[in-house]
Formats: sequence, C-alpha cells, structure tokens
Amino acid sequence: MTAEVSKNKSLYAALAVTRLGLGAQPGEIAAVSADPQAWLMNQITAQGAAPYRPDMPTSAARFTQFAALRASRRMRAAEAAKAAGGVKSAPDPVTEIGALIRQDAGLDFLSRIEFAAATKSGFAERWALFWSNHFTVSALKPQAATLIGPFEQEAIRPHVFGRFEDMLVASTTHPAMLLYLDQAQSIGPNSRAATFFARRGGGSGVPRGLNENLAREILELHTVGVEAGYSQADVTEFARALTGWSLAGPNMPDREGQFLFRANAHEPGVRTLLGRRYAENGFFQAREVLHDLAANPHTAQHLATKIARHFVSDTPPESLVTQLRAAYLSTGGNLGEVARTLVLARETWDPEPAKFKTPYEFLVSSARLGGGFGVRPGRLGPTLAALGQRPFAAPSPKGWPDEASAWADGDALVKRMSWSEAFAARTYGAFATDARDPLTLADAALGPRLSPAAAQAISRAETRTEGLAILLMSPEFLRR
Amino acid sequence: MTPWRITRRHALASALAFGVSVEFLGRQALADPSSQANKLVVIVCRGGQDGLSVSPPVGDPAYAALRKSIAIPGFGAPGGALKLDDTFGLHPALTHVHDLAMQGQARIAPAIATPDRERSHFEAQDVLENGAATPYASATGWLNRALTALGPQSGVKAIAVAATAPLILKGPTPVESWTPGGGPEPDHRLPGILQDLYAKDPLLGPALAEGLTTDAMARSASASVAREMAASETTDSMALGSASDAGDMTGANAAAAFARRGAPEARKIGLTLAALMSARGGPQVAAVSVENFDTHANQGAATGQLATRLTYLDALIEGLHEGLGQDWARTLVVSATEFGRTARVNGTGGTDHGTASTALVLGGALRRGGLIGDWPTLQASALFENRDTRPTLDMRSLFKGVLRDHLGVDRRALDTVVFPESASAPPLNGIVA
Repeated sequence: MTAEVSKNKSLYAALAVTRLGLGAQPGEIAAVSADPQAWLMNQITAQGAAPYRPDMPTSAARFTQFAALRASRRMRAAEAAKAAGGVKSAPDPVTEIGALIRQDAGLDFLSRIEFAAATKSGFAERWALFWSNHFTVSALKPQAATLIGPFEQEAIRPHVFGRFEDMLVASTTHPAMLLYLDQAQSIGPNSRAATFFARRGGGSGVPRGLNENLAREILELHTVGVEAGYSQADVTEFARALTGWSLAGPNMPDREGQFLFRANAHEPGVRTLLGRRYAENGFFQAREVLHDLAANPHTAQHLATKIARHFVSDTPPESLVTQLRAAYLSTGGNLGEVARTLVLARETWDPEPAKFKTPYEFLVSSARLGGGFGVRPGRLGPTLAALGQRPFAAPSPKGWPDEASAWADGDALVKRMSWSEAFAARTYGAFATDARDPLTLADAALGPRLSPAAAQAISRAETRTEGLAILLMSPEFLRR
Repeated sequence: MTPWRITRRHALASALAFGVSVEFLGRQALADPSSQANKLVVIVCRGGQDGLSVSPPVGDPAYAALRKSIAIPGFGAPGGALKLDDTFGLHPALTHVHDLAMQGQARIAPAIATPDRERSHFEAQDVLENGAATPYASATGWLNRALTALGPQSGVKAIAVAATAPLILKGPTPVESWTPGGGPEPDHRLPGILQDLYAKDPLLGPALAEGLTTDAMARSASASVAREMAASETTDSMALGSASDAGDMTGANAAAAFARRGAPEARKIGLTLAALMSARGGPQVAAVSVENFDTHANQGAATGQLATRLTYLDALIEGLHEGLGQDWARTLVVSATEFGRTARVNGTGGTDHGTASTALVLGGALRRGGLIGDWPTLQASALFENRDTRPTLDMRSLFKGVLRDHLGVDRRALDTVVFPESASAPPLNGIVA
C-alpha cells in the first residue's frame, strides 16, 4: 500500500467514525481504516439498533406505576381535605411523582448516553438517535416522561433498519406518543361515547371531544411534511380517522398501559384525506392512512432531506437527497437500504466538516475520547440543560434542531469552553500517571482531520489539561 | 435607581481578563456614548398563546359560552379578570401588567396576527420572526434587519436571552446572546488561545468574541442583582440547568408549585437583562422567548397550565420594569405570539391552533390609550373560518410603528427590507408617546 492510499484510508476512517458515528475512541480510527465502508455496512442489521437498557421496564409497567401514584395522590388529597386542619400528611405526592420521573426517566437517559459513549457501533447508534428525534416524545409533558425510554426501545430502535411504515405504526400506536400528542383522549363528536356523554350531561369535569394534535404532527413532521400542501380539512379528517386509537386505563388491569382501539370513541363514516377516500373500517381506517402516508413520495422527499441534513450538511447537496429518496421509493421505504445508499454516496465523504455537534454529540464524543464522562451521573443532566439540550426534553414535537445556527452561539460556546476545561482537568486528574500526550489524543480523536493550526496550539499548551481543552474546542472537534 | 450599572472601565477590565480584544469592546463602547437611547424588548411567546385568556373579553356576550370551563370569570368574581375596560380584562396572573396598565403603561392589541394563516407552529413562528409574508422566505430576522437599516453609526446593539440567537435576531448585524449560568474562570489562557484558533472561522470566531464579552458584562451585572436579591428574599439557585422542571410539572397542583419557583427566576432574568441594557455600551434592543403556550389539553382558567406560564411572563416583565429604573421611561416592550387559539374550548379542556391573538405593548415610552386595533367581537358571524378570533391588525403594522417612532427606522427600509413587500401593512400610528 502506498503512503497516499494509506492516508486516504485513514481519512475515510476518521470521517466514518466522527461524522457518521459518534466520535472516536482511542485506536478506533486505526482499526476502522482497514475498510471504513465495511465497518459501517456491518452495523446495518435487520434487528435494528441494540437496546441501551435491556432491563428497562415496559411502557405498560411504567404507565401503570405512574397512574397508580397519581390515583393515590388524588385519594390522599381527598382524605386530607376531609381531615381539614388536621394532622400533617404523608410526603408531598407531587414531589413523589417528580422523584419518580427523575429516577426512572433519568436512569433511562443515563443508560442511553453511557451506551453511546461505550458502543462499538457508533453509526447504528447515531442512526437510531436520528429516528428518536424524528418521532420526538418530550418530557415537557410529564405523563410521557417515564415512557420515552420504553418508546425508543419498543417502537423506534427495532425498526431503524427496517420498513419506515412499521416504525410509523409502532410510534403512532405507542402509549408515549398517544399521550404526548393528546390522542389518547380524542373522541369522535358523533361516536357512541360522545352520545353517551351528551346524554349523561356535563358534570364529569373534563370535557371530551376531537383532538387534532397527533394527526397534524404526523402529517407535518413524521411523514409528508408541509411541502405536501395538505389543508386544515385534511388534518381534521385524519384526526377523525384516528379517533379510538387510545390505551387501556386502570379499569382494564390485564391490558393497562397497552394500545387499545376504543370502537366506542371512533368517529363513524367515510373519510377523505389528501384526495383519497377511506371507507369506515374501525381501527384499520387510520391504519390504511398511515400505509398511504408511508408510501407517499412527499414522505420520501421529507425523510431524504432530513437524513442528508443530519448526516452530511445543513445545506445538503441535492444529488444526495435524490439518491436517498430514490432508495426509499424503490424499496418500499426500507430504511436499511436508505442507510446503505448514504454510506455509498460520494457526497457523504466530503472531507470538509459541515456539521456542528449538538451538546449531546459533543459530550458523547468527548467521553468516547476520554474514556468516560468523569462526572457524577447526576451532573450530566444539568450540564446538558445549561448547554441548551435538557435530557429527553426537546422543546416541541419537531425535536431538536439540526443546524449549526441553532447551537453555535456565543453563550453556548463559552459554556462548552468551561465544560471542556473541567472535563480535561478531570480526565487527567483521574489518571495522575497517565502518559498520554494531548497531541496523541488529538491524533486518536481526529486522525488526518486534525489541522496544522490546532496541532500547533495543542503542542504549545502549558499543561496537558489545557492541551486537551484546546483539542475539544478546536473547530474540527466541534464539527463532524 | 440603578445600583448594578457597570462602568465602561469595569466592563473593559473584566473583558480584558477574558482575552477579548480591547478594540472589539472599545469600539462598541465608544459608539454608544450614553445610555440615553431608546430601548426595545421583544418577548416571543412560543406555542400559540391564547389571546382570549391573556386579555379575556369577559364583556363580550359570546365569550362565556364559547369558552365554557376555561372561561376567565368576570370582573370582581373569584379568580376574575383584572378590569381594563367594559369588555376587556387581563388574566388574573398578569398582576404586574395590570398595574402598569392602570398607569397608562400597558395596552393590548386583542386581534392581531401575522400574515400566516396555516396554523403550523413552525411556519407561524418563522413568519413572526422573519418578517416576510410567508415562511422560510428569509433566513434572517426582522429585528436584525432593522438594526442593519439603522446602520453601524447608530451604535445600536442587540442581545438575545438564549443560549443561541432566535431567528428574529439572526442576520448581518452581530448580536450577543446570554443565558443565566456560569462562564469561565477569568484567569485562564484558553479564551485567548481559542480566539486565535478561530481567527479564520466565520462561524466560531465572531460567536466566541460575543459570548465572552456578554459573559463578562453579565457577571458584573448579575453579581449586583444577586446582592440585591439576597437582601430582599430567598430564592433558589440561578443555574439554568439545576432544576429538573419536567419532574414537577404534574397537573394543576404542581403547576402552582412550579409557578412559585419559576416566577423568581423569571424576575431575575428580567432584572439581569435590564442591568445589561442599562450598562454603558450595553444593548438597546433585546429578544426573549417564553415557551410552552401550546395548551391543547387542560389549559385551565384562573389557575392551571396557562396561568403558570402567564405568571412567569408577568414576573419577567416585572423584573424588566424594576431593573430598568429610570430607563423604563425610554423603553417599549412588545410581547407577541405566532398565532392565537380556537375561540371554542376543544374536547380536552384546551384549545387548538387558531389565528388572531393578543399582543401586549408596555413601557414608559408608550402613548396612553385604549385598545390597539379593532375588536371584531366573538359573535358567530365574526369568527374567522368559524373557529378563531378574526385578525383586524397585521402584526407587521405594530412592529413597524414601534421601529419607526421608537427607534427611528426609515419608512422605506421598513416597507422593503425589514418587512419585505409590506407596503400594504403601514406602520401603526399612536404607539409611542
């Protein structure tokens, strides 16, 4: 092998590991340089992405636990009211629910970020994180918070290299999504349930009726996107078709927290959506809509654009989008084939880094290099929050933004700088006899992507700690 | 009353300690020789704020029937609206805004909307911030283009209270950003080394320089605020990430607890931003976001989810008012949202995406007066597409009136560059005293 070819292999390895993966562990670039594309292709498997917390309770178990705690809170509140002015009551249940969320969702999140720091399959993990963000469920809705981990492991990760339609259906029928986007309580205005409530009269407190939130976001965010030009009428029709898609509550102990089609809540009748008629068919009416949405060319375009933007550039080459779109359409929406197309596309391998890491990616890539986060697990959440990316708490159903302009701002950079210094101090502090020179670490982190300017700044550092902080804050490490 | 005003020398000293070039800060500080300039704060309320709860038209005959369980009770009732006139009140959580209104320093625009009619958060926020008539028509924001139109010689600077600048402030004119939280220790060489390393990086170079300058100023300012606050009350820590808020936002009871905890932080953000703006060489224009107004379910009435968010907004405004001190007389604050919500309560005790909403305009520079824009009423025939408050005022007209009369932006620039092709939405008269 000539020196030239060997250097190229090393550059491709660095791009595979840092751009398509989650950053290099020491030695990883060297190992991958034997065949960078094979390293990526081998991670595309029909089983999808591995679970990051194999012992995680199911969504049904989490829902049941949460519902029970809320019920006991209500009961205790009633008792306390009865004994008004009486003795001081048990621990504040609101705080208890908060603690439960922090404990369960917190452990899920920590498992995920530690898995990302340790995995040998960085590409599969990035690909899975992309789809979790595509189907965002956010802890800003407390009822959904403890279900996010189960949602990712049950509905997203098994399907990330399978058919998109399967992931779409799994997401749309999952309790986390049904609760997050208010679908669980949506009731057809002419359904038997609505008639029953109307006859019984008000009084029960919570009013019930149609909620179009999930229908709107499926169209706008999950499938065809706004470019498809659907109307308010399409949204409402889809919402009507989706009525009845709900989950079982505590009155059905053997199925509590699982998907349930409530025929009584389903709006009867034919629906017309994006120019197609859907006959009344209970659950299968909306199921058929999802099938058509998954096959819609607008969905292919929307997904191809998002994938290219996430993996390659904020302004992705049109030629790449076209290849990904074609791969999707010609395989019936097989995401494994889309991933293979991405790996093989020439545009994916542009040596110029065009993506600025999100805070999550920045922390994970630092930890992969340093051999751990080096902090108490409890500190990671607040750190990410300060950097603008609170764990499991994307600001809206649109998920976290993917463009440099959303992350590379003055305040965010200053905070990353502080974190880098502290991280470097801890990393070297933990290995007091560590002989690793920061320049050696820089080579391990970036391979040929390391620029002469950054290498010089690192070599001139006064301390190893300062050198590592410079590496983490170098333009090429902040990007991928 | 500006105990936390920081001097230019002070700011320079702390900036120097960070390795920020003297030239960078010096030029800006000199460009604005006084803090006598008019100030503008734009609060972007994200998620689609329910105007019919912000300024409930409790005197409108159709209001109670449309709103049912989420109607704000009438004047004088428990949890009732705070009276503005015979028709309108303010949400009971907006006590500070109401105090200002009673002094002629707060008014409402109850049926205002951007040109967007699509009811998508992302498109509507885009239009609210990009200043164009359609989403994605511009990658820069109208507030930034307004600064550009004023020209560099004006010395007007802007700041975003966010880890990253929102679209409204993106654009050719450099903008600082700031969030509460700690920065680097000032005795490190790293900031200077990185500035050298970023010298040719068009993204990271300017961003780091702004971040360091702002951080230096905020440290001085918030140290003063912290002393002030410590003297008056006990509150929780200022660290932005210290509270896992999601954990405690469970139901209406928790909402009240969250409101109690969130409000002091909001007031503190207002105080610190005010201190930054009052400092010599500080920004005259600021943009702040308040989120989570997307109340599809269980939005509540006098208390509940929406009330919690309005408590936060009220505390933010209170902090600004208090912190700006005598500068308040030269200040306008505009609080606006991407769209309003359906006039009818939905099936889940909330409201869905709608059209017109309420904008609040506040400040010592505000001209005393009544409603801004007309009230279309809520009678069935007046509703937009039989579901939403009908817009009677173009959001761009309000912003253009403010920019022209308060900051002195040229009319032609307003019609063509700041709000492209917006001659049909002329600047609103009578906003500025």
